[in-house]
Amino acid sequence: MNTFDAPTIEYFTVSPILIVLGVATLGVLIEAFVPRGRRYLVQVVLSLVGLLAAIVTTVIVFNRLNPGAKTPKGGKVVAMGALAADGPALFCWLLILVLAVLSVLLFAERHLEGGVTSFAGQAAALPGTEAEREASTKGLEHTEVFPLLMFAVAGMLMFPAAIVLLAVCVALEVLSLPLYLLCGLARRRRLLSQEAAMKYFLLGAFSSGFFVYGIALVYGYSGSMEFAEIAEAVSAQTGSEGLLLGGIALMAVGLLFKVGAVPFHNWTPDVYQGAPTAVTAFMAASTKVAAFGALLRLFYVAFGANRTEWLPMIWIVAILTMVVGSVLALTQTDIKRLLAYSSIAHAGFILTGFLGIRSLNVVPGGSLTGISAVLFYLTTYAFTTIAAFALVTVVRDGGGEATSLARWQGLGKESPLVAGLFAFLLLAMAGIPLTSGFTGKWAVFAAALSAGAWPVVIVAVLASAVAAYFYVKVIVLMFFSEPIGEGPSVTNPSVLTGSVIAVGVAATLLLGIVPGSLIDLLGRVGVFIR
Amino acid sequence: MNSSWLTLLLLLPIAGSMVLAVLPARTSAAVVKQSALAISVLTLALAIALAIGYQAGGGYDYSVDVDWIKLFGAHYALGLDGIGLTLVLLTVILTPVVMLASWNDGDTGRWGPKGFFAWVLALEGLSIGVFAATDVFLFYVFFEATLIPVYFLVAGYGGPARVRAAVKFLLFSLAGGLVMLASVIGIYVETAKSSDGPTYLISELQHFDFGTSVGRWMFVGFFIAFAIKAPMFPVHTWLPDTTESATPGTSVLLVSVLDKIGTFGMIRFCLELFPEASRWATPVVVVLAIISILYGAFMAIGSNNIPRLIAYTSVSHFGFIVLGIFVMNSQGLSGANLYMFNHGLSTAALFLVSGFMISRRGSALISDYGGVEKVAPVLAGLFLVSGLSSLSLPGLSPFVSELMVMVGAFVHSPWAAAFAVPAIVLAAIYILWMYQRVMTGPVREGVVGMPDLNVREVSSLAPLLVLIVVLGFYPKPLLAVINPSVQHTMSEVGKSDPQPKVTEGEAAK
Repeated sequence: MNTFDAPTIEYFTVSPILIVLGVATLGVLIEAFVPRGRRYLVQVVLSLVGLLAAIVTTVIVFNRLNPGAKTPKGGKVVAMGALAADGPALFCWLLILVLAVLSVLLFAERHLEGGVTSFAGQAAALPGTEAEREASTKGLEHTEVFPLLMFAVAGMLMFPAAIVLLAVCVALEVLSLPLYLLCGLARRRRLLSQEAAMKYFLLGAFSSGFFVYGIALVYGYSGSMEFAEIAEAVSAQTGSEGLLLGGIALMAVGLLFKVGAVPFHNWTPDVYQGAPTAVTAFMAASTKVAAFGALLRLFYVAFGANRTEWLPMIWIVAILTMVVGSVLALTQTDIKRLLAYSSIAHAGFILTGFLGIRSLNVVPGGSLTGISAVLFYLTTYAFTTIAAFALVTVVRDGGGEATSLARWQGLGKESPLVAGLFAFLLLAMAGIPLTSGFTGKWAVFAAALSAGAWPVVIVAVLASAVAAYFYVKVIVLMFFSEPIGEGPSVTNPSVLTGSVIAVGVAATLLLGIVPGSLIDLLGRVGVFIR
Repeated sequence: MNSSWLTLLLLLPIAGSMVLAVLPARTSAAVVKQSALAISVLTLALAIALAIGYQAGGGYDYSVDVDWIKLFGAHYALGLDGIGLTLVLLTVILTPVVMLASWNDGDTGRWGPKGFFAWVLALEGLSIGVFAATDVFLFYVFFEATLIPVYFLVAGYGGPARVRAAVKFLLFSLAGGLVMLASVIGIYVETAKSSDGPTYLISELQHFDFGTSVGRWMFVGFFIAFAIKAPMFPVHTWLPDTTESATPGTSVLLVSVLDKIGTFGMIRFCLELFPEASRWATPVVVVLAIISILYGAFMAIGSNNIPRLIAYTSVSHFGFIVLGIFVMNSQGLSGANLYMFNHGLSTAALFLVSGFMISRRGSALISDYGGVEKVAPVLAGLFLVSGLSSLSLPGLSPFVSELMVMVGAFVHSPWAAAFAVPAIVLAAIYILWMYQRVMTGPVREGVVGMPDLNVREVSSLAPLLVLIVVLGFYPKPLLAVINPSVQHTMSEVGKSDPQPKVTEGEAAK
């Protein structure tokens, strides 16, 4: 007689994921049962409460690692060996949840569009039809965006913690599908938005296909889905090398697509431009964290023993990403596309930190590892970029957001505050000291240089110089060019967007001046468990 | 024992700049200007007090050392040695002078006088930080941060091509800074391998052995950044463009203070941290320095634009300073240090007095002038004195330093000296020929009725000229602080002065 063993789940340890998933499901029910007029408030409050609860539990779980001690605990494998609750995973959770709170605030902004959110009133109505006009005059809005965001967040939480290939695959899909939908929901320029969603969906589905094929090959090589067993098989060198390398390459395609690395970057500018800016901010910040978390864990834990084989590939990808991202950004005429190319270049810088992989026994305890450098850079970049996109939403003209760079000319005259804050964030992205961008760059370059990747660091330094040029170009445009026609206008946002900007700018400044405690913390907990 | 005096000295102008920035818009321009001047005078007084209390010796005074970013090995560490002290003094002397001289220059600019004076104060504070930092990481942070105020000063308050010039300046400096960043990170990587963990403290790095090839690579990274900053041939092209577009006050701060970071950095970082690599690079650097000296002088002779001409004279003078540094003997090094101070004074005087003239005529071209001395004799006289100090006339302070550098170059190699000496003649040509074309001859059309200098303008120049004359006759107070530090540098480089071949006994025979 077959017996059924109930799985043991460490409910409290994984509770952040469960809370977020629960809130997302509840959000769907709210759509069905709460009257239309009250949905907005209920959804926003529920999402925020859920995320805050998840943050609290994550902090409690994180503290169990005892990160303040000289030798913190490594963490533990939970949920029947599917997830790892170790330092990097919990840090990613915390970061993603905080970014999600900020994103909810951006999603909930109703001030800028005159009383409605910036999402389509009725996504099913074709652009330019009577139905659309009707939806708009009725003041309809899609409050489904909040549960969608929560589902995506749940996937993002799972992604960097998963230590079984199937769980990685599930997390990838859970985080991607809601994002595809969210991209197509812009209230203005709907065709562009739908095109972006379509493009993202097709290419994303394609890259998922690559990823799954890679899983199959790696399974064929190692006979297991679990990272620990794959790692053993890799270091024992059982099975055919071809299967393994093919699997690594295909899985890399899937993950590098998500982080927007060259040559899998083509979707980034179109999607960043077409998606509602709040969604772009959410994607640019949180997806990067989740995807890099997963990339680090997969390559460091499962394929770490084989790194001489795949490191050259990452070297090339990192170099290409930095060069292509910063050079193509030079010619952009749209601020959202410019930030998209800048995010590609930053993906390259993060990959540079990723190259800082070294055997644990050569790294002195408590010093900078590739993992801690990448996590630190992700933190700095995420806050800077979410604030930058939040600022993009407040620069508007009659047709909605004025994203064309020409419309940004003379912004410094119209609103010195907005232009000044944006200039500060651009300087941070360019890596000027006293901003978080500098300390982040320092960390990833130091990690890569420690591991001997000096040619990549030299390219990174040169690419930073090129990147500085286009950031400075925007500053020149804002402060020293005469406005064209009436010039841009800055709509005062509500406290929601305002607080996102304030938090992002404050984090950029603080992590630039006193990054010590965060980087020390990451130095202590930046080790994966197996 | 941590001393908080330097922190106070550097925070005073920065805090002042922030206060200015948040003053309500209706504050009258006069109040803004007077409070900015008051803050800079206060800073000057504090710095003078520190200079009086300074304990001369090879080490650092007023030191502070607090852990900043432990994992990086970065410290908040400040301290003054003789070299740093002279440059801090130069900074705090020039800032009030520039403010007084540029009293009305900020009125028409992008952010009005409030922005101008706020940026100047910010620049003063950050520059003090650069010269006082005794931690490489902290130095780098200040080094890059100084670019921001200069960028906005040039782009917001200059001539028609100012934005382009500012971007060129920023990109050159950033490119150099990023190359240096690679070396700065290299220091972390190398020191992290040691048992003591990573460190950026200069005092600890001086005893650290980087190894030959690593040390040379890191030297190159630092040197490129400092050569761009200084600026040396062939990476000097941003300087003439920038001074052509910037206001005279900005040019003074840029050339007299900020560019000194380049030569200061060569002594502090290239020589003291990578002595082996510095000796290895000496032949190339000396040749580049001589090319800078001659090239700058020739370009100055050929310039028709006064700020560009002064910029090229600075390229030539920086060549002298670099030559003095890399001949690595006490005459050359002391001369170079003194040169940095004196060049700051003389170039500042030249920029300011020509700026007064240019603002009256509305043209920076030499060919638009003629016979100025007849309508504005005080202006012409001060112009002549400033010019003569720039060409190192005996009796004025730059002469002492140029002579010392020449002596140092001769001790190092007679050939180096032989190639550098013609620059003295060339300097006489570019200064005197400019004077002749601008000041003498018949009074040109646009010059007729040009008002002479007013009291404010004369009083802004007075401190500079007094210092130039006094230090020309009596440079000892400065040399007394510089020399012990130079001896310290020499011992770090592992060089001692060559023994004279002829001893006193033999000579007496």
